[in-house]
Amino acid sequence: METTSSEKITSKDLATDQEVRWCPGCGDYSILKQVQTTIPELGIPRENIVFISGIGCSSRFPYYMETYGMHSIHGRATAIASGLKAARPELSIWIVTGDGDGLSIGGNHMIHILRRNFNLNILLFNNEIYGLTKGQYSPTSEEGKVTKSTPMGSVDHPFNPIALCMGADATFVARSMDRDPKHLQSILKRANDHKGSSFVEIYQNCNVFNDGAFEVFTEKSSKKNETLFMEHGKPLIFGDNNEKGIKLDGFMPVIVELNAGVSPNDLWVHDEHDRVKAGILSRFFDNPKHPNHLPRPFGVFYVEDRPCYEDRMADQIQQMTAKKGDGNLDALLSGRETWVIS
Amino acid sequence: MEKQNEVLDNVIIKFAGDSGDGMQLTGTQFTNTAALFGNDLSTFPDFPAEIRAPQGTLAGVSGYQLHFGSVEIFTPGDYCDVLVAMNAAALRANLKHLKKSGIIIANTDGFDAKNLRLAGVADGKNPLEDGSLEGYNVIKMDVTKMTRAALLDSGLGTKEIDRAKNMFVLGFLYWMYNRSMDHTLKFLNEKFASKTDVLNANLNVLKAGYNFGDTREEFTTRFTVSPAKMPAGVYRNMMGNQATALGLVAAAKKSGLQLFYGTYPITPASDILHELSKHKNFGVKTFQAEDEIAAICSSIGASFGGALGVTASSGPGIALKTEAMGLALMFELPLVIVNVQRGGPSTGLPTKTEQSDLLQAVYGRNGEAPIPVLAAASPSDCFYMVYEACRIAIEFMTPVILLTDGYIANGAEPWQFPKASDLAEIKVKFTKEKNSETKYLPYKRDEKLSRPWAIPGTKGLEHRIGGIEKQHETGNISYDPNNHEFMIRMRDAKVEKVADFIPDQKIEVGTSKGKLLVLGWGSTYGAIKSAVIKARNDGYDVSHAHLRYIKPFPKNLGELLYSFEHILIPEMNCGQLIKLIRDKYLIPAEGLNKIQGMPFAAEEIYSKIAEKLK
Repeated sequence: METTSSEKITSKDLATDQEVRWCPGCGDYSILKQVQTTIPELGIPRENIVFISGIGCSSRFPYYMETYGMHSIHGRATAIASGLKAARPELSIWIVTGDGDGLSIGGNHMIHILRRNFNLNILLFNNEIYGLTKGQYSPTSEEGKVTKSTPMGSVDHPFNPIALCMGADATFVARSMDRDPKHLQSILKRANDHKGSSFVEIYQNCNVFNDGAFEVFTEKSSKKNETLFMEHGKPLIFGDNNEKGIKLDGFMPVIVELNAGVSPNDLWVHDEHDRVKAGILSRFFDNPKHPNHLPRPFGVFYVEDRPCYEDRMADQIQQMTAKKGDGNLDALLSGRETWVIS
Repeated sequence: MEKQNEVLDNVIIKFAGDSGDGMQLTGTQFTNTAALFGNDLSTFPDFPAEIRAPQGTLAGVSGYQLHFGSVEIFTPGDYCDVLVAMNAAALRANLKHLKKSGIIIANTDGFDAKNLRLAGVADGKNPLEDGSLEGYNVIKMDVTKMTRAALLDSGLGTKEIDRAKNMFVLGFLYWMYNRSMDHTLKFLNEKFASKTDVLNANLNVLKAGYNFGDTREEFTTRFTVSPAKMPAGVYRNMMGNQATALGLVAAAKKSGLQLFYGTYPITPASDILHELSKHKNFGVKTFQAEDEIAAICSSIGASFGGALGVTASSGPGIALKTEAMGLALMFELPLVIVNVQRGGPSTGLPTKTEQSDLLQAVYGRNGEAPIPVLAAASPSDCFYMVYEACRIAIEFMTPVILLTDGYIANGAEPWQFPKASDLAEIKVKFTKEKNSETKYLPYKRDEKLSRPWAIPGTKGLEHRIGGIEKQHETGNISYDPNNHEFMIRMRDAKVEKVADFIPDQKIEVGTSKGKLLVLGWGSTYGAIKSAVIKARNDGYDVSHAHLRYIKPFPKNLGELLYSFEHILIPEMNCGQLIKLIRDKYLIPAEGLNKIQGMPFAAEEIYSKIAEKLK
């Protein structure tokens, strides 16, 4: 765990002297605010925090955080963070990436960082569009999406980021959204508390190129019917008046009405440690425009305790040092077989 | 009958067989034995890209050439004195590299009808019997049969027995060259410590080979090659990739930094990873990344954290790393990139050598992206040059590229290794305090134009760096046109400044002025040196200079070049150093180019010198 600090910092201490330059109305503002609000509560000294990003709108993030930070190259924040964490396990590392940066050009590094399970946090801002290059479809855009590069509609099938990360054996998988500050803050805390690679997908509205992509999940009128907020040990309930729930019929999730015949005790109780059920939840990914669709889950899908890469790496160093002793450079240079010329 | 003993100055042996015949191991064992005996030597392993190429065919031939002597040795040699041919294909592939009247040790079992056909020998012909090898001294032995006879009671299966046949040949050569078997006995005892039956089989066959030479009357002559008169001191045998790994550990230890090595397996660079992964007790962290890009990026991350970040690869992998190299130079963080060059372009010739990535190293990035470039000249020189690469990277806060190649990476030579205390100091100073009144300026420069290194964990120096153009001193994003030009020129000036902190270019052989200077870089060192020494002995006015610092060039290089009437630049490419030299010094240098995946023969360079000066 990161060392804790006695000196309290506030969210203001985390703002830099740089002008924030996202488009007015961008969801990134809210995410920045939630991060700046949450971090002081974590008790980590500011100098031990590093924000690393790739390229894209979201990747400007480190410039606005008064911590150590790197704005790197497209898709590689995960790879850079892996090396930094291996070299400096005590640092608190936060990767900020987007759907293009993290799942398209950086998709390979994403799956590998998750399987290795470095102890760090990955915040993937998903706006289902390429914003910085002005409006092409992304690997999470829905099929048929009309964009600048797909005037007849996209023929690409999109990634389901949560299912992808489950497939890569991530040890912490969660989803939140820019427009629910409380929820986002709680998930950020959970991500930080988890020892391992914590993957958080954050639905983020791009009001310029893909406005309203997540409207049904964020607007008051539809939110309660379209979202399912998962809590460990609690039944899966949703709906305007919490009148609906999810039951499992074999492996098939079904929506049931809570009434005299069906009580919350009959429902699927969320268990963050159940990989199989997390897999089913990750597949609640229907188009909300279709009838009979399932609500979109938010919260923590899955958590698992698994040793972290950097710890196992340090273990091997310790083991070999215990066996051979601290490296002696002269002994290394001479090797085992020498001869003398006089 | 009393055996004759003949004394020789130097001998070149080529071990050749199927890629599964164990020729690399046989060659390495003979090499280490020769080294421990005190011979000077140079080796050249030459093997196919396939792990088990089609048996018995020309494509499947694996070779190991060793040149050892009581005199100074600079190359693995042009033509062999002895060719060990385990089969017909090995003979066919290598006969052209055998001296007239050279010795052929032929395993007759490898010349049966099937092997002859696979080697593409015409129907009904067998070079061992048709008189075509007249003029050579052919020693025929049925190695397979004798190995099987020696292991009749071993209880091993035929397949395992046949695997020991390289030991028979090795034993025979030990007899022929008056060598002790001790080193190999020790090696086998360690290698097969847990497999007694295999150990005994190898020991028996090795001794059987030795005794075969000793007892058979037809072998009348043994050869002695005395220890070389090398400078007094303690020596060990050293291969290039191993030297690179050791140099990295040494630089980390001397600088007090943690070594982080991020890499992805690729021929011929992987042995650096294998070697480094053995030295975890030096705190070395090796990271086998998911690809070449992650390999370099993880190293950049480690450097940001205050480690010595290093990555290595070969041509195709280096191509993938180029964007991240640009990032490292924008970050101005220490990073060492080793390119163990191989034949290109694309996948090219993975197991063969070439020097064709020089211009890629100097120019191969988007934008104005200067990075210092160094090159190692020999296997043991890899140690010193990678150490230099680390020193420059740390002192100047810059990525540095070191070029080696397959030839010196896998080649070996005796090395009078240094003491740790004799290695140059590498100064690291992590910044702990603000460097201006109000705030920390991450891009404020010192007298070397180098920026401070403030690592995460340092209170009060929190800052952000990025690949976007940055403002002078503050490092804040800046699109200001004048600032951009200023920063471009600043980064260039910093790299040029390195020239003030590297040794002057020296003359390797010959004089500092004259008719002809042969200017080389990288692994052509041995061949050029041999050729120039011979030419000077023959009365030619020729000298040799060898570049280890290519960007920037040593400050006195121009003056040196202008002191000669002609400049000859041999390179294993179409002419890359020559472009840099002509561009900078505007001289009509002439190239000598070979692009065959094979190192130069000294003879080829000698002929060119003789032609120029006739």
